[in-house]
Amino acid sequence: MKMLVCVKQVPDTTEIKIDPVKNTLIRDGVPSILNPFDGYALEAAARIKDADPSSTITVLSMGPEQAKAVLKESLAIAADKAYLVSGREFGGSDTLCTSYIISEAIKEIEKTEGKFDIIFCGKQAIDGDTAQVGPGIAEHLDYPQVTYGLEASVEDGLVKVKKETEDGVQVIGIQTPCVLTFTKPSFDPRYPTIKRKMAANRANIPVLAFADLVDLDPNKIGLKNSPTRVKKTFVPQKKTGGMKIAEETVEDSAKKLFTLLSDSHVI
Amino acid sequence: MVNKTNDFWVFVETNEDGSAKNVGIELLTPGRELADKQEGKLVAVVIGHNTEAAVEAASKHGADQVLVVDGPEYQSYSTDAYAIALTALVEKYAPRAMMIGATNNGRDLGPRVACRLETGLTADCTALAIDEETGKVAWTRPAFGGNLMATILCPECYPQIGTVRPGVFKKGEETEAKAEVIKEDIHVSEEKIRTKILEVIREMDEDKVDLENAEIIVSGGRGVGGPEGFEPVRELAKVLGATVGASRAAVDSGWISHAHQVGQTGKTVAPKLYIACGISGAIQHQAGMSGSDCIVAINKDPDAPIFDIADYGIVGDLFEVLPILTEEIKKSRA
Repeated sequence: MKMLVCVKQVPDTTEIKIDPVKNTLIRDGVPSILNPFDGYALEAAARIKDADPSSTITVLSMGPEQAKAVLKESLAIAADKAYLVSGREFGGSDTLCTSYIISEAIKEIEKTEGKFDIIFCGKQAIDGDTAQVGPGIAEHLDYPQVTYGLEASVEDGLVKVKKETEDGVQVIGIQTPCVLTFTKPSFDPRYPTIKRKMAANRANIPVLAFADLVDLDPNKIGLKNSPTRVKKTFVPQKKTGGMKIAEETVEDSAKKLFTLLSDSHVI
Repeated sequence: MVNKTNDFWVFVETNEDGSAKNVGIELLTPGRELADKQEGKLVAVVIGHNTEAAVEAASKHGADQVLVVDGPEYQSYSTDAYAIALTALVEKYAPRAMMIGATNNGRDLGPRVACRLETGLTADCTALAIDEETGKVAWTRPAFGGNLMATILCPECYPQIGTVRPGVFKKGEETEAKAEVIKEDIHVSEEKIRTKILEVIREMDEDKVDLENAEIIVSGGRGVGGPEGFEPVRELAKVLGATVGASRAAVDSGWISHAHQVGQTGKTVAPKLYIACGISGAIQHQAGMSGSDCIVAINKDPDAPIFDIADYGIVGDLFEVLPILTEEIKKSRA
């Protein structure tokens, strides 16, 4: 299988704090990480390669030069080759434009690497949380998709995906080429080895700029061609804490809680 | 496409038995308000198989019109069939805006359809309004793990589309069915559906985790200390008829499956009552449950952020508090 994994560099949202005076996000000093869901997608691809070592894994990211860090991390974990799509022309693109740019980049990369059978994405990125770019790529390429993937395997040439649903799990067979997006599985993704880490640090990562995407329509990218606009952002109002129950004994507190809940008809 | 109408659409997702998923009916509530403001019709779009129950539910909850696409190929959700049908409807009727429940299927379908129609989509909205300046739908959604809210407009493209989280809006009262029901004959041949469901593994009934539709959730976090620590949580859930939830810390420790996880990387819930046991209440957890009507927190740490959003808090050991609470409830119901 020829596999491509799309990865994004994101701020670690667990480390984001709110400036209590200005009521804005403090982004300074927040570490950048590989989007965890993309890590699960990479692991899913790596497992297919474990089963069939003739498979290849290429990783692709869109972002500034610094995003090479997550590509190197992906190379250290499991990928064979990496590409970065980068250019100020792409700035301000919403999910529709971003998925279009990535689909064009994939077509460009396929000119040298050959056609990919499976394109892997994380379910969503933890900064934007939209879950729209994976299906957007699939639509631009006119590929079938499975979202909320947990694991993927290839049996007799058929790609099978375990998908999380609201009431359990489905196993879905999907034609190739296809796009699969991944959520959190029950296992942990692998760690890179020292040897792979060293090789990844030395890796040369080709950059695809605006001019390299020769078939790209410039009227379909960037802020001005994005159908959605951010009207405003604000820090959500914190609900102020309610009543602390602190009776003399834990038993009394628990009983009081019961009385309060039943009196207000919550239970 | 025909000229754009002022109509507001709500995609009413169906279950395999043809009934409506709750979120679709919930969305008719804000849909009614937005449609009235823009002097348009409120249209429910039902796609599925043997959909009489869903059509009736939509008619009784405020829809002026119900567009129905019914066929065996729609009984189980597939991206391909649903995207073809929904796109065809939009192209024929040209609504102003469309809301889709942010379920797994809704979040699979929404971006696919928005992209095909080359229009904007705002994901996972938690508030809707009409922007006074532009008259467009103002879609408000959380980002950065709930640390930031963003209000998004789609100023030039139609339809303006958003997915909206389940549980944010309440189902309206049932009224007399008054909707005009229009059946659209759209069929998708087998070879156009490029995925196939090979196997369905349903959780056993007692393990079923329907957090999104739960009226009461009892959740356990790091403070439960291990898989067996969920016992008192389950006991309480049982007497309340509640669903068991969990924080990421408990799931990551392997004490309970991911299906129970509430928060940014889990489910977003809005029950009538949410009881957080041994959960510190990181912003990522709050992002998934702060919309609950009533929040109860039980935690040993008096400084746990969960107390900031709790309506009632007990600083104490969950292993002492829960059995007493469970016992009191049992007594009251005996």
